[in-house]
Amino acid sequence: MTVVHARGSLRRRLLLQLLLVAAILSFALYFTVRVLAQQAAETTQDNILIASATAISEAARAERGQILVDVPYSALSMLGSIAEERVFYRVTANDLTVTGYDDLPAPARAAETGKPVFATAIYRDDEVRIAALPRRLTVGDETVILTVLVAQTRLGLAAVSLQISIAAAAAGIGFFLLSGALSWFATNNAMRPLNRLAKSVERRGPQDLSPVATSAPTELVPLLQSLNTFMARLSASLARTEDFIAEAAHHVRTPLATVRTQSEIALRSVRKPENKQILREVIRAADESSRSAGQLLDHAMVALRSDNLEKEQLNMKDLAQDVIRSISPTADLKDIRITCSGSDTTSAVEGDPILLQNALRNLLDNAVKYSPEDSRIKVEISEGASTVRIDVLDEGRGLGDGDRSHLTERFGRGDNVRDIIGSGLGLTIVEEVVSAHGGSLALTDNPERRGTCASLTLPSA
Amino acid sequence: MRFLLIEDNEKLAAAIVERLGLDGHVVDHAPDLETAADCLAGTGYELILLDIMLPDGDGRSFLEWHRTCDNDTPVIVLTARSEVSDRVRMLDLGADDYITKPFDFSELEARCRAVLRRRQGAARNQKTYEDVVFDPLAGTVAVAGSVFELRNRELRLLEVFFSAPDMIFSKSHLVDRLFSYDEEVSENAIEVYVGRVRKKLQGGRVRIETVRGVGYRMTAT
Repeated sequence: MTVVHARGSLRRRLLLQLLLVAAILSFALYFTVRVLAQQAAETTQDNILIASATAISEAARAERGQILVDVPYSALSMLGSIAEERVFYRVTANDLTVTGYDDLPAPARAAETGKPVFATAIYRDDEVRIAALPRRLTVGDETVILTVLVAQTRLGLAAVSLQISIAAAAAGIGFFLLSGALSWFATNNAMRPLNRLAKSVERRGPQDLSPVATSAPTELVPLLQSLNTFMARLSASLARTEDFIAEAAHHVRTPLATVRTQSEIALRSVRKPENKQILREVIRAADESSRSAGQLLDHAMVALRSDNLEKEQLNMKDLAQDVIRSISPTADLKDIRITCSGSDTTSAVEGDPILLQNALRNLLDNAVKYSPEDSRIKVEISEGASTVRIDVLDEGRGLGDGDRSHLTERFGRGDNVRDIIGSGLGLTIVEEVVSAHGGSLALTDNPERRGTCASLTLPSA
Repeated sequence: MRFLLIEDNEKLAAAIVERLGLDGHVVDHAPDLETAADCLAGTGYELILLDIMLPDGDGRSFLEWHRTCDNDTPVIVLTARSEVSDRVRMLDLGADDYITKPFDFSELEARCRAVLRRRQGAARNQKTYEDVVFDPLAGTVAVAGSVFELRNRELRLLEVFFSAPDMIFSKSHLVDRLFSYDEEVSENAIEVYVGRVRKKLQGGRVRIETVRGVGYRMTAT
């Protein structure tokens, strides 16, 4: 049988992919939150800087050709609200410093338009954000461009942005953990129908050829349909083979039965011993071929069923007694008594009752066939630690002195039984049945008196 | 006893009818299921011999029908099909026994006897001659009140003699009835069994007489 190796797991693959997606989404979330928060913080700072610059700009006036700037307190205090920040300002008129720190760098395009311009620069060892607000101011009869520069260090902003980053990272990790857990549940949930199907296929024995499932997720339907079609075909084919074997036996044996019957009738009416002898040989040949045909077909049937064991819980003692009952009329013809002894406990074996009956029947058939009249056949059932043993002891001619190993081979027969009809398949069938059940067949001499002891050992259930 | 044989093979059927007739049984032969149903409606039978493949149906469905009718007449199935699977199935369907064609007539007789013994006890088929009561189902003979067990061949010998008291049976006829064809026995072997039966009949008013040059007969003294 081909062994299927597991390569990868669908469940793990699905889970890993979901986790990867969750990780990417978590990172995206982290970056988005961070960028947006930073932007929001910068905008806030810019707005305050503009408000401050506007307040200063509005406080500037021209008086007698002079530019006067009274920096209002509020203009700087609104900036000071952010802790520990340092604030710088500079007012220029046509690029000449009017008041403030005259080394505070002006943004490159401190445009003339009246629109504020922002820049970030390093000033006095700190990063500062500079807002420049230009304004036209008429001084005397000339118009100058008055530019108010307000700058603030970004220490606070860095702290805020760190905080935001931490919060964003926490949100990202939280999101990842949550989606990881959800992925796990989702994977399990998605795999459930598949697991259920796998279990139900596994639970059924190899002989169960009924359809697997009547409903399944869409994706599994084609697979199940093929599986069910295959099962149906297999079981139909097995049934056909069984039928064929049974029919074949019928077609071979029926004409032989007629030959035998007619010869037997003729045997009674002829007087001459040589004619009687001829008829006896005809009957013997008919018996031989019917027995061979029967055993061959039984052998085929046994092989078929062994591949496809229908196991049930069996009590070997009951089974043995059934077989003994069916065979005792034949034994009675030779005044052979068959006794059955053994433990009254269950002697339970798990197996195919038809096959095991057939095996035991073959052994008893042999025993009856090779036993002399007025003898005894003992069937003894004993239980070992994990086995059930059935011994069939007869008082017949025994196994002979020849090589015994070929007795269970196909068509192998003992050297001392040429005068008795046999196909040489009986013990082969027994051996095949027993090994299909994980047991063994042993042929030894009957320890009590001359004769044979055939022992079946089967694993107990 | 009255048997019903349902078998479509005419030659085999004729041989069975003749052979069972030798034991004093009346055998009605039905070649198909329809005839069989008519026979069963008309008379009661002690035993039915049923073939499986019949021209107008399957013996198995007949068996099922027979059992659902609450008819408990024992049935022995005659079949030529493979034994492995069929045998158990037949017994499950309610057959009492099963014999595979081709069969030895002695085996058929033995199986009929075993089934009848199992199903109806021995009381109904005792044969009495003078002070000897022969019971083939129980396998016993009672001579002037004392009962003896019979060995198989002794039983068959008495069956022959009781089927026609006072009639002379040749040695070769007795050999045919006592031994199956493949046992090559000289006609003198019969003397052994006649001797044993004579011993059991001692003390009664029945004896087995040697008719020199012809055979034996059972007669009253």
